[in-house]
Order: sequence, then structure tokens, then C-alpha cells
Amino acid sequence: MRVWALIKRIFRQMLRDKRTLALMFVAPLLILTLMYFLFNGNTIDPKLGVVGMDKSLIKALQKADIVVKQYDTASVDTITEDNLDGLMRENNGDLSLILQNDDPTVARALQLKVNQTAAAVFQVKLIKQNPALAGNMTQKSMDTTYVYGNKDTVFFDVLSPILVGFFVFFFVFIISGIGLLRERTTGTLERLMSTPIRRTEVVFAYLAGYGIFAVIQTIIVVLYSIHVLDIVLVGSIFHVILINLLLALVALSLGTLLSSFAASEFQMLQFIPIAVVPQVFFAGIFPLEGMADWLQAIAKVFPMYYAGDALKAVMYKGASLGDITGDLLALVVFAALFITLNIFALKKYRTL
Amino acid sequence: MDPAIRVEQVSKSFNKKPVLRDIDLTIETGQLYGLIGPSGAGKTTLVKMIVGMEKTDGGTVMVLDEKMPNLAMLQNIGYMAQSDALYTELTGEENLKFFASLYKLKKDVQKQRIAYAASLVNLTGDLKKRVAAYSGGMKRRLSLAIALIQDPKILILDEPTVGIDPELKLSIWNELLRLKNEDGKTIIVTTHVMDEAERCDFVAMVRDGRIITSGSPQELKAMYGVERFDEVFLQAGGKQS
Ligand SMILES: Nc1ncnc2c1ncn2[C@@H]1O[C@H](COP(=O)(O)OP(=O)(O)OP(=O)(O)O)[C@@H](O)[C@H]1O
Ligand SMILES: [Mg+2]
Repeated sequence: MRVWALIKRIFRQMLRDKRTLALMFVAPLLILTLMYFLFNGNTIDPKLGVVGMDKSLIKALQKADIVVKQYDTASVDTITEDNLDGLMRENNGDLSLILQNDDPTVARALQLKVNQTAAAVFQVKLIKQNPALAGNMTQKSMDTTYVYGNKDTVFFDVLSPILVGFFVFFFVFIISGIGLLRERTTGTLERLMSTPIRRTEVVFAYLAGYGIFAVIQTIIVVLYSIHVLDIVLVGSIFHVILINLLLALVALSLGTLLSSFAASEFQMLQFIPIAVVPQVFFAGIFPLEGMADWLQAIAKVFPMYYAGDALKAVMYKGASLGDITGDLLALVVFAALFITLNIFALKKYRTL
Repeated sequence: MDPAIRVEQVSKSFNKKPVLRDIDLTIETGQLYGLIGPSGAGKTTLVKMIVGMEKTDGGTVMVLDEKMPNLAMLQNIGYMAQSDALYTELTGEENLKFFASLYKLKKDVQKQRIAYAASLVNLTGDLKKRVAAYSGGMKRRLSLAIALIQDPKILILDEPTVGIDPELKLSIWNELLRLKNEDGKTIIVTTHVMDEAERCDFVAMVRDGRIITSGSPQELKAMYGVERFDEVFLQAGGKQS
């Protein structure tokens, strides 16, 4: 069979290209591992300078995991000089807080903690002054439960399903795209067209040849993320693999398709900012609901939008296959569309 | 007998620039047909259209009484491109095997054809080497071997002997003549080398997308009243401009 001959040849070429193999199988694992350590770093306690504050409040602040440093006098400059995250002062009973805000997340967290602590201390004081109020003011501790995840959920848990999908997408896109491109630039694709091979046979051989590598890559990446990096997986691992395989098929067909519009490897890389990077934006890392309507509409033409949604649903929320059929269907449609376009793109060489 | 190849009123433009204009030519079965002409004249474009790799803008190409492009007919055409298109990560043998399986040759036939084609171009000892380690001439020879792999009725060779040493060139030409005389193959060769053109049965000269003159080498020499064939080339070209 001609397709089989082509697949065998693609295999031989890939297996002899050790660097490309390494890029495909090792690079995604390296990046995922790096991301894992980046996002799981311990949070450090915020540093707060205080001036003229009463003891009970300071104690309460320290209890809330804030490093408190006392000053007799302090100004805005003190914050930058001593690298404080904030400075709190009391003026005739009025509290004021200056935040350094070089990292908005840290600043916001500190502000929240300080507010809560100050309010609690103030409440205790009030009760002391007027015990009659105590009845309706005793703090009821709020009982919190979580629909998804638990109190230890970190951002990486939500992010990782999307990352797994994205890296599968990215590396399959690059390697298959450049694979077919090389076939074009070396003239062998044209040479193939002087043999009795059909265009569809070329496209399917490419899909199958690179597809097998994509399957292996996908399985390695998924298993590594779940068993070594311990990424949360509530749903079934088979569904995760299924989603990623469909996504790899989309990447494969898109990569080979776009390669027909590139004249060199360099031009192929130029497709990354256009066709690959935006996928990240719409994959669900940034909440889509907050985006402008037109952006939301654009998101729907990116395959990663559906893959990200499905992966998050299965891995983080434990969705079943029934919950993600819409997403899977969308991926199938993308793949079918790109494959058809691929066959058309080869018309450039021959109509048969 | 019907001609092996008939080209009628074929034209082609690239980016609105005409490259071939109303080409007519007939190649008889068992003929060794030479295409000569200056660089950029359109020889490669013409042979690609005969193979069906390039679309025609107008006109028809018939090969063995079938209209091209035609997939099944490609089984009967061995094509050697002007620039080598080989898989450099693979060995010479793997390249030959790959193309042989595209023509669906059976295992034993495959072996036999690979051995024949490789020995013809003197590559038998280098078959296990990767093509990346081949010299320019070796790559050229491998391309020629691939064109012969399925034992096609028609051979279309685009400048087959560029970069090949004189001794091997001679033996390749002798083999081409043998293929023509003994196996009745039809062969089209494009060339810039006049003594090669002189060994053809029929020569057509392409210039600016037209066939400006054609005939057997003897006829052409007589027509222009010259002794040496390269003068035909110069005279025919000069008359045109
Ligand atoms: N793909 C293409 N796109 C645009 N122009 C082309 C293309 N291929 C060929 N041409 C143009 O067509 C003309 C004929 O090219 P062709 O390769 O057929 O010449 P040739 O006779 O084979 O020349 P040479 O002897 O140098 O091989 C040239 O002017 C070339 O620039
Ligand atoms: Mg040429």
C-alpha cells in the first residue's frame, strides 16, 4: 500500500532525527515540570511596618501571618527603603494603610488581611466597652465548602489541564508542520506527485505517520502530569487522553495545512504568534465571561477553547463523557475541516 | 503506430508572464527525443506538463493515448527532475525501495530492479550509505536510478547527466540507447550538452516558450548548412532574436 510506504518512510526519518524526537517527547515534560515548581512555590508572609499602634492589634496582625515591624516614625520612603509590603499608621484612632503595590496580588492580600484583623480587634474592643452588644455580635465562624477542588487548590491545579493540552498542541503543530514543509522545500513532495500517488493518500499518510508520534507524546505527557507531577485528576484518564488525541489531530492537520503557506522553516515559525499563541488566551486561563462580546466570538474559532474547556471539566471538575460531547464534536469538526483543506492545498501540485 | 506523446497547443503562464506559447509536438514510440534551448526557455515546464505535475493553461497533452494528467499513466512514466529530490536522512537503497513501493512493485521484482538500477548508475557499493553523505554526482545518479525503478515505458529525464563524469556519462548514454533499441522505450531528454543532443533521434529547440526549430540532428545541420551541431544552436537562436 502506498500510504503504508509513506508512513514507514516518515517513521524512518523521525527515528533518525534524535533531536526532533527529544523535542517532541522530552521538551513538554521539562516545561510542565518547570511550571509546576513555579506555581507551587511557597507564598512568603507579607511585611508590614506599623507606627503608633496598640499592642492588641499588633498581636492580632502577627497571628494572621503578617511580619510586623514597628517604627517610631516612618514615611513613604521607609516602605521602599526597607522593602515593606505596606505601612500602617494610627492618627487619633483613624487607621491608614499605605501599600507598596509593586505586586498587586500581594498588596490586595495584605489589604484584605489587615482589614479583617482590624475589624475583629475593633469588635472585641466594642464588646469590652459594652458587653450588652456581645449577644448579637459574637462572630459566627463561617462554614465553607467547595464545589470543585478544596481549600488547598492552587492556581496550577486549574491551569495544568490547559497546559497539558496546549503543549500537546504546540509540539505536534510544530513538528508536523515542519515535517511536511521540508518535504516541500526539498522538492520531494513535487517528486511524489510524479508517481501514481493520490493527494488524499499523501495527506492521510502524513496524518497517520506523525499521528502515531503524536499519540505516544500525548500519552507520555498525560501520564507524566498525573503520576509524576500529581496534577489533580477527578475524571477519567481515558477521557483526558481522548481529548488530547483529538486536539493532537487538530494540531497535526493545522500544522500541515499552514505549512503549505510557508516557503521556509522561518516562515513556518511566523505562524506561531498568529495561530498558536492566541490559543492560550482563549483556552480558559483567562475567564472568558469577562471578555468583550467580540472577543468571546473570536475565542470560539480557536480549537484550544474547546479542548481547554473539556480538559478543565474532566480533570478538575470530574465531568463525564456526556458533559464534554459538545467540545469533542467541535474538535472533530476542526480536524475534518483542516484535513479537507489540506487535500485542497495539494492541488497546487496536481489535480488528482 | 500511434505516437507515444502528443502535445497540442499547450500554453502556460506564471504570474501572467507567458512561459510556453502554443506548443505542438509529437513523439513517436521508441524515439529518443531531445529538448534543447537556453536557460529559462521553458524546457522543464514543458516536461513537467507532460508528466502532469504542472497544470496547463490551455491545450492538451496525450500520453499513450490517455489525456494527462492521469494517475494510472504515471505508472508508465519514469521522471527524473532537474533538481534532485531525495530523502537525505535515508540511505540510497531506502530511497529506491520507497519509490519502488509507490509503484507497487512486488518484493522480488523490487529487489531485482533495485539491483539493476543501482548497477546501471554505478551505485551498488554505496546503497547502504545515507544520501546526506553522497556527492552531487552520486545524488544525480540515484535520481536517475529512481526514474528507472518501475521499468516504465516512457522516460522523461531533465538534464540527467549534469555533474556526472565523462566515463559514467558515456555508459549511461549507451544504456539509454540500449533501452530504446532493445526495449523500445520512449525517452525525452533535456540537455545543454550538444554532443548529447546529437545522439538523439529528434531534437526540438525551445526558445522563449516556442519551439523554434526541430528535426533530426542531420536534418538540422543540413538546414542551417553547418558542420557542427552547436552551430545549429547558435544559428537558430540568432535568427530568432
Ligand atoms: N514555479 C514558477 N513560478 C514562476 N515562474 C516560473 C516557475 N517555474 C518556472 N518559471 C519560469 O518559467 C520560465 C521557464 O522555466 P524552466 O524551468 O521551464 O526553464 P528551463 O528551460 O528548464 O531552463 P534551464 O535550462 O535553466 O533548466 C523561466 O523564466 C522561469 O523563471
Ligand atoms: Mg530546466
